Amino acid sequence: MSDLNKRMIEEYRNDFLKEVEANVEEGEWVKMCMQCGVCSGSCPLGKHWAHPPQEIFMMIRAGKRDEVLTSDSMWMCTSCYNCIVRCPRQLPITHIMHGLATYSKKLGLVPKGQPTATFAEIFWNNMMKKGRVNELKLGLALYFKDGFGPGIKEALRNKDLGTKMMKAKRMSPAEFFGGHGIKDVSGLQKMIKKAQELEEARMKKFD
Amino acid sequence: MTEVVATNQTILVVGGGISGMTAALEAAETGAQVVLVEKRPYLGGRTSQLYKYFPKLCHPTCGLEINQRRAKTNPNLTIITNAEVTGLEGEAGNYTATVKLNPTYVNDNCTACGDCAKAVETEFEDEYNYGLSKRKGAYLPHVMAHPMKYVLDPRIIGTDDAQKAKDACKYDAIDLEQEEQEINFPVGAVVWATGWKPYDAAKIQPYGYDRFANVITSVEFERMADPKGPTGGKIVRPSDGKEAKNVAFIQCAGSRDRNHLWHCSRICCMASLKQTHYVVDAYGDDAKVSIYYIDIRAIDRFEDFYANVKAMDNVSFIKSKVASITRNKENDNPVLNGVDTEGYHRYANEHDLVVLAIGMEPSVDADSLPVQVQLNREGFIEPSDENGGVFPAGVATDALDVNRAVQNATGAALKAIQVVNRVARAEG
Repeated sequence: MSDLNKRMIEEYRNDFLKEVEANVEEGEWVKMCMQCGVCSGSCPLGKHWAHPPQEIFMMIRAGKRDEVLTSDSMWMCTSCYNCIVRCPRQLPITHIMHGLATYSKKLGLVPKGQPTATFAEIFWNNMMKKGRVNELKLGLALYFKDGFGPGIKEALRNKDLGTKMMKAKRMSPAEFFGGHGIKDVSGLQKMIKKAQELEEARMKKFD
Repeated sequence: MTEVVATNQTILVVGGGISGMTAALEAAETGAQVVLVEKRPYLGGRTSQLYKYFPKLCHPTCGLEINQRRAKTNPNLTIITNAEVTGLEGEAGNYTATVKLNPTYVNDNCTACGDCAKAVETEFEDEYNYGLSKRKGAYLPHVMAHPMKYVLDPRIIGTDDAQKAKDACKYDAIDLEQEEQEINFPVGAVVWATGWKPYDAAKIQPYGYDRFANVITSVEFERMADPKGPTGGKIVRPSDGKEAKNVAFIQCAGSRDRNHLWHCSRICCMASLKQTHYVVDAYGDDAKVSIYYIDIRAIDRFEDFYANVKAMDNVSFIKSKVASITRNKENDNPVLNGVDTEGYHRYANEHDLVVLAIGMEPSVDADSLPVQVQLNREGFIEPSDENGGVFPAGVATDALDVNRAVQNATGAALKAIQVVNRVARAEG
């Protein structure tokens, strides 16, 4: 490719595409999309997406930063990988969607009350406390995420299942008090903190 | 049995399709000695299986007839059908070719009267019609077959049918004692024109070619449109034989897809635009054609053809690669599911018949090539000095339409002629 070609490509590559390429996991693949639509048509939850993946890629390339990062579309991804398997250009679409969600979360642009984002946050905080997921607390936190009243209602709705799980020793009420964990929790927490710092340092500024 | 008179000034052409025939005739008509080896029992290859050409919508039988006539009258050309090149040793100007001759159990006495076919009962899938119809165990491959001789399917040899065929023949043309034979002869240069095959549509799992009767490939549709074809030229649904008026074409079926064929097969856009004419010609205002595409590649002078099809009222273009096909269980209609790129609308469209514009892949895969040549990622032969005196032609080099394959083959013939001329000069 000639120097002129390269220069013009840079000139026409808008800032948001550059930002996605720099800061979003697998973001450098976005430019490879040829807009065939197989990903959107193959997504089992496709009709729930305000902007299907193919449209998200086009919006990124059109520089629609706010619309993309505040969208709840990428939070609809359930990681079934149907799109990756079928993409004629083998874009890692699932990973890009998770990358966009993570980036949007990092910038504080997630739509308020987005259930997948809420779940992810509850899960993360739960796991970081002991280094292992406390399923009892995770379940309860989900029941009560919308307040005390709905929490009680949800808990009662599921009481038969809960009782069965306890009988089968799938869930222990003792987990409510502390719960099991790994040997060196503070070691894990330090490690994650360091990783987050390194990741932060690698982020490029685009505001 | 078969004797081939050849020297190291002879050009060997491998493959008797449109490219191989062109290369062989062009070379032979300059005075070069040419041996043409074809695997099928007749010349013409996949071009002979087309109903019409784009863009003129004329019939390939016309060009085929001209070429066959050129072949019959040229004393420099030796044609060996039902044979395969299995080895090539040596270097440019000095090769020895090994050719396996498969028996057809029919000798040159055959007058193509057809009495053997009447006598034989066993039927097999007709490969000329891509399995859409049956043919007898003794058969004429197609109405314009060259050589114009019947062929016995090796699967009936040793059965009563073989004897029935022999007994029915008035001309003593059937020789059940024929055996496979291997011959060697010298050649100076080789034109390699082994062509293509349609990509295996069943590998595109979401399209259900192997599950749904009313999902067919473009090569099958081509046979269907041919009045000499399996449906007598009627465009119908394989599931129930009803008229297929609402037809969908899916472009890039296998092509431009890293999970299947990396390359653009280049002919499929024009093929679907051409086949749109077949539907509209058959059903007029009742026809409804939908073309699902990523982008239409109707290059250079074909743009007009595209514009004319686009202007038809009953033809619509949907910019979308179809994600999957399901089946309406009540009427066997294929349902196309996807999201279009112009507005991102989700659709589930029902059609009578779906035609997959299937991609082209090299007919000989890399592992079974008997010659040392440079291949590209897609398995096509790259023109390269390292190929020595082996010159690829036609679709063996790249996905090409007939027009470009013929141009390419003429070029390959010229390169081969240069090699044998060099040998001729050196030997005085």
